[in-house]
Amino acid sequence: MLKIENLHASVEDKEILKGLGIEVKPGEVHAIMGPNGAGKSTLSSVIAGREEFEVTEGTIEFNGEDITEMEADERAHKGIFMSFQYPVEIPGISVTNFIKTAINETRKAKGLEEMPANEMLKKIKEKAALLDIDMKFLSRSLNEGFSGGEKKRNEIFQMAMLEPKLAILDETDSGLDIDALRIVANGVNKLKSNDNAVVVITHYQRLLDYIVPDYVHVLFDGKIVKSGTKELALELEAKGYDWIKQEVTA
Amino acid sequence: MSLKDKLATSYMVLENQIAKNDPLSDIRSKAIQQFENQGFPTKKEEAWKYTSLNSVLKPDYNVFAKKEKAIEYKDVKPYFIHDIETYKIVFIDGIYSSHLSETSHEGLDVCLMSAALSKPKYKEVIDTYFNKVAKEDDSLTALNTAFTKEGAYIYIPKSKVVEKPIEIIHFATGVEDALMLQPRNLVVVEENAQVQIIERHQSLTSHPVLTNVVTEMFVGKNAVLDYYKIQNDLESASLIDNTYISQEGNSNASVHTFSFGGKLTRNNLNYYHKGEYIDSTLKGITILNDKQHVDHYTLVDHAAPNCESHQDYKGIFSEKSVGVFNGKILVDRIAQKTNAFQQNNNILLDDTATINTKPQLEIFADDVKCSHGCTIGQLDPEALFYLKSRGIPEKEAKGLLTYAFANNVLESVRIPEVQKRINKLIANKLGINLGLDF
Repeated sequence: MLKIENLHASVEDKEILKGLGIEVKPGEVHAIMGPNGAGKSTLSSVIAGREEFEVTEGTIEFNGEDITEMEADERAHKGIFMSFQYPVEIPGISVTNFIKTAINETRKAKGLEEMPANEMLKKIKEKAALLDIDMKFLSRSLNEGFSGGEKKRNEIFQMAMLEPKLAILDETDSGLDIDALRIVANGVNKLKSNDNAVVVITHYQRLLDYIVPDYVHVLFDGKIVKSGTKELALELEAKGYDWIKQEVTA
Repeated sequence: MSLKDKLATSYMVLENQIAKNDPLSDIRSKAIQQFENQGFPTKKEEAWKYTSLNSVLKPDYNVFAKKEKAIEYKDVKPYFIHDIETYKIVFIDGIYSSHLSETSHEGLDVCLMSAALSKPKYKEVIDTYFNKVAKEDDSLTALNTAFTKEGAYIYIPKSKVVEKPIEIIHFATGVEDALMLQPRNLVVVEENAQVQIIERHQSLTSHPVLTNVVTEMFVGKNAVLDYYKIQNDLESASLIDNTYISQEGNSNASVHTFSFGGKLTRNNLNYYHKGEYIDSTLKGITILNDKQHVDHYTLVDHAAPNCESHQDYKGIFSEKSVGVFNGKILVDRIAQKTNAFQQNNNILLDDTATINTKPQLEIFADDVKCSHGCTIGQLDPEALFYLKSRGIPEKEAKGLLTYAFANNVLESVRIPEVQKRINKLIANKLGINLGLDF
C-alpha cells in the first residue's frame, strides 16, 4: 500500500530525512518510534504532502502510484489521512461543516454526487457515538478552545468519517489522559480492517498497549535504524533510546 | 465644466423649481455656500489622505435624471430580501417607484422625504430633526443638504416595535449617460421603539453612477435601531455614504456594513451620544478585488458617562484593491466609565492589495476602558495544510478560511435572512460553493 524508498527531505535547506525506507501492506499496523528530533513529524508531514518539506531524493508510492509530488488534497482523495499532533484551531467553521465539506470535496474529486444530508447526518451520529462525542461538540468551531483530549478525539472522528485507506497517527497519544487514550485507541481499533493500514508515530510505548503494532521501526537521525515486532517497543520503553544511538554511531 | 461648477448651476435651477414655501430654503442656501467654499475633499485633507475622488468626479454627471425608465420586480427581485415580508421604499434613478414600493402610515410612517417636506403634518418632525445631527461643515454632507429632494422618511412612534424590516433600495438604470444621485434619509425612532432597516444602492448599468447619500438617524431613549448596509454594486458605481446617528440614554444602535462591490465606496459613519448607558455597534465585512476601493471612516463621540461602543471591521483584499479604515473614538471629559472597543483585522490575499488602517483615540476622561487593535496578515499556511490534508482543494480551502475569518461579524446580524444573504454574497465573492449550513 505505502512504499517509501530512499526518502530524503529538507526544510529550509536543512536535511531531516536522510534515506528512509518503509513498506506498509493492507491490514498492517506499523509503529514508528524515535527520540525527539529524529524526524518523526517530518515523515508524517511528508507523507501527507506538506509543501514546506522538500523531497530531494527518493519516492513515496501509494497503491503503486508515485505520489511524491502530489498535492495534499489529492493524497487525501486517494485515501491518506494524517491525525495531527497539533490540530489547528479554526474559529468560524464548525466541526460539522468542516467534515461535510471534506467529505463532499473528496466525493467530488472522485466524480460522485454530494452525500445526501440524511445519510451524512446518520454517519455523523454513528461515528460520534463510536468516539463518545456529544453532538453539541460538533457544532463548535473547529478545535477552538478544545482540550488536548478533545482535539485528538476530533481527529479520530474525522478519520472515522473519511474512512481512509492509510491513517498516520502523529503523536496521537500526547496530551491525552488514560481515559481519552482508551477511547481514541478503541476508535482506531474499530476502524481497522484487512483493507486499511495504520502507521502510529510515537515517542512512547504507551499507546501501543492499545493499538498493537505488527511491526515497530526505530527512526533515528532521519533513517530507520532498526525494525522488529512489538517486543522492540517494550525494549525501547525499558532501555530508552540511548542504546540505539550507541549502536548506530558505533 | 467641472462637476463643482455644474452643481452650482444645477442648484440655481433647483432653487427656481422648488416651492416658495420650501421649509428648507435657508438651510439649503447656507449648505450650498458651504459646499462652494470647500469644494470636494482632496487627499490633502487628513480625513481623505488615502482616498482620492478624482476619478469618480470625472464623468459628466446629470444631477437630475431627465428620463424615466420603468423596471419590473422580476428583474430586480434578487436585490430584495425577498424571502421575508418587508416594507420597501424603492427609487429608480432617484425617482420614487410606487409599484416596487410598499410604504405605510399605519402606526408608523414609512414613506418619502419629498412627502415629509411638503405636507404640514410632518413639519414638526422635520423642524425638530432635519439637518440636526448631520455635520454642517462637511462639504459632501452640505452638498447633499442643498440638493435635498427625495429619500426615505421613517418615523417610528413611541413604544412601537416594527415587526417587518424596512428596505431602502436605490436602482440606477443607465437611462442617463452618467448620473449623480443624492438621496436624503431621515429615520426617527422614538422612545422604546424598535426598527430594522436594510439599505442598498444598486446600479443595473455600465454607465457611471455616483451616489452621495446622507442618512440622519435619531434613536430615542431605550429604543433599538439595527441598520444593515449591503454594498455590492457594479464597477460602474461609486458611493459616498454619510450616516449620522444621535442616540439618547439606554438606546441601542447598530450599523453593519457589508462592502463587496462598487468602484469606490466611502463610508462616513458617525455616532453621537446624548445620554447614559448607550450601546453603539459598528461592524463591517469588506471583501474587495479588481482595483475596488473602500474607505471606512468612523467616529464614536462618547459625550456622556457609562456608554459602550463596539467596533469590529474585517477586511479581505486582493487584486490591487485598496482598503482604508480610520476609526476615531472621542471620550469627553465627563464620559467616565466609557467602554470603547475597536478591532480592525485584515487579510491581504496577494501582494498587490493595500490596506491603510488607523485607530484614532482621543480620551479626556480618566476612568475609561478603551481598547483597539488592528492586524494585517495572510492566511495561516498551517491551517491551509490542515484543510488540504482533509481533501479540501487549495481554492476551496482558502475560501473557507477567508469565510471563517470574516464570519464572526455575522453573529450580531439579527435578521436571519440577511445573515443568509450575506453568507451567500461572501461565498460568491470568494468564488466558493461549500454547501455550508447557511
